[in-house]
Amino acid sequence: MTRYLKSAGYTLGLPVILLTGWWFASAGSTNPFWPPLSTILEAFPTTWTMDRIVGDILPSLARLGIGFGIAVVLGLVLGTAIGLSPSLRALSEPVLEFFRAVPPPVLVPIIALFAGYTGWLGKIVTIALGCLWPILLNTVEGVRGLEPTLTDTAKSYRLSPWRRLVFVILPGASPRIFTGARQSLSIGVILMVISELFGANRGLGAAIVQFQRSFAIPQMWTGVIVLGLIGVLLATLFKLVENRMLAWYVGQRQIERGA
Amino acid sequence: MSPTSATLTPSSRPRPRPRTATRSSSPRRSRDLWLGVLGVLIVLAGAELLSRTGIVNPDFLPPVTEMYAALFAMLGEGWFWEALWLTVRGWAVGLAAAMALGVVVGYIIGSSTFLRRFTSSTVEFLRPIPSVALIPLVILIFGTQPQSAFVLVVYAAFWQVLVQVLYGVADVDPVARDTARSYRFGPIRIARSVVYPTALPYIMTAFRLGAAVALILEITAELVIGVDGLGRELGIAQSSGAVPETYALVIVIGFIGVAVNLLVRLLERKALWWHPSVRSEQS
Repeated sequence: MTRYLKSAGYTLGLPVILLTGWWFASAGSTNPFWPPLSTILEAFPTTWTMDRIVGDILPSLARLGIGFGIAVVLGLVLGTAIGLSPSLRALSEPVLEFFRAVPPPVLVPIIALFAGYTGWLGKIVTIALGCLWPILLNTVEGVRGLEPTLTDTAKSYRLSPWRRLVFVILPGASPRIFTGARQSLSIGVILMVISELFGANRGLGAAIVQFQRSFAIPQMWTGVIVLGLIGVLLATLFKLVENRMLAWYVGQRQIERGA
Repeated sequence: MSPTSATLTPSSRPRPRPRTATRSSSPRRSRDLWLGVLGVLIVLAGAELLSRTGIVNPDFLPPVTEMYAALFAMLGEGWFWEALWLTVRGWAVGLAAAMALGVVVGYIIGSSTFLRRFTSSTVEFLRPIPSVALIPLVILIFGTQPQSAFVLVVYAAFWQVLVQVLYGVADVDPVARDTARSYRFGPIRIARSVVYPTALPYIMTAFRLGAAVALILEITAELVIGVDGLGRELGIAQSSGAVPETYALVIVIGFIGVAVNLLVRLLERKALWWHPSVRSEQS
């Protein structure tokens, strides 16, 4: 019992201290940029009503999901192909090296030229293109770094190429693929917000900037908090999926570390 | 346990290197090089053709030759170099601050079990908060001054660095640490000769991740907020319909990204020349 209390104390201690600190430090604040925490919390339920959740948050998350999904599929297919063929890899390496180095927000003006920026298409393309490179490159590395014994064994057992792909190559590369996907997800969140700062229509990023422009500061703060919570939520969700799908790998690493 | 094993074990973790040695034979390497050049040429020629034949509207995708013409025209102009300098300076200053802060805080927290347990939930919570959430806030406080970009860059890069340093300090072999303590090494000496070699690969990983994120946020701040730099010029070029210039600026920013990657790799090699992950790569 005391052990649980202790671990709860460790987990909650600092957040409670920080929040109380914020509460009291901002309590009598008259600085318009730093409203009291109580004002922000009061503004919360009136700002994030059902209408806003359906009209702003859900479309944003849907665009993020679609873009991220496209990036995962494309990255896996292209990455496996490039990882398996040395010639293809040599052919594409400098080009990929360049595209990876381009900071993704730069894509926004280019995509705005093609698709405009008011609809969903431009935003989804931005997110997908930005998320693609980490997944693609990590898949290439993962496929390349497969234990040669594994691939050789699979070959000598005459596993068909399809079975080799599904049972040997993809699982073997999956730790790297997840690393890439995690990087992609955080880039995706950044792009989700940025892409909405340009088009004038609705969305989480657009809403926050509207608050800022109309000097609705407490509302803007609630937006910042919502965005933070979404980031934390997505990271937790990703971790759950990763722990489930990579349970074998986590266990293997623990054994290695313990030994 | 030999003292080297403390530094050997983490090698594979921060950055597992594939064992397949494709760069071993030199005829193969030169063939790869030519294939790489061919790949670049295919992409450039493909883009040029798409535009010239009108398959893709040249208003959206001008011929590559025009992009480079615009690029070379820009090289002769003062504003371009000014913007380039501001972007690189903003990136470097922000990254340096985040590195310094992350390493110091990471070392302090990582050295104490109490602090590590006490802060872990807060770190886990603050880390995934996207730094772009701070954009409206910095606009209000700093407007288009460079400080806006600085705050975003430092916030984004700091967490990457902090987490890596925490891993690195936690990875120190307890036997090596206890041995140093029994030999009455002072805290500075322990930091220098026990923690530093173990944590260095992690710090380099932190530098690699932080450098990329810092560049993304610097460009974002310029593009979205309007902080002076290449990103702002890009936004202006796009909204004024100067399409070849838009592409030229994207190419320049891409090359900055490539240069940052090369710089990081060079530093990694210089700082970790003794480390197995680097040595195996060169053999």
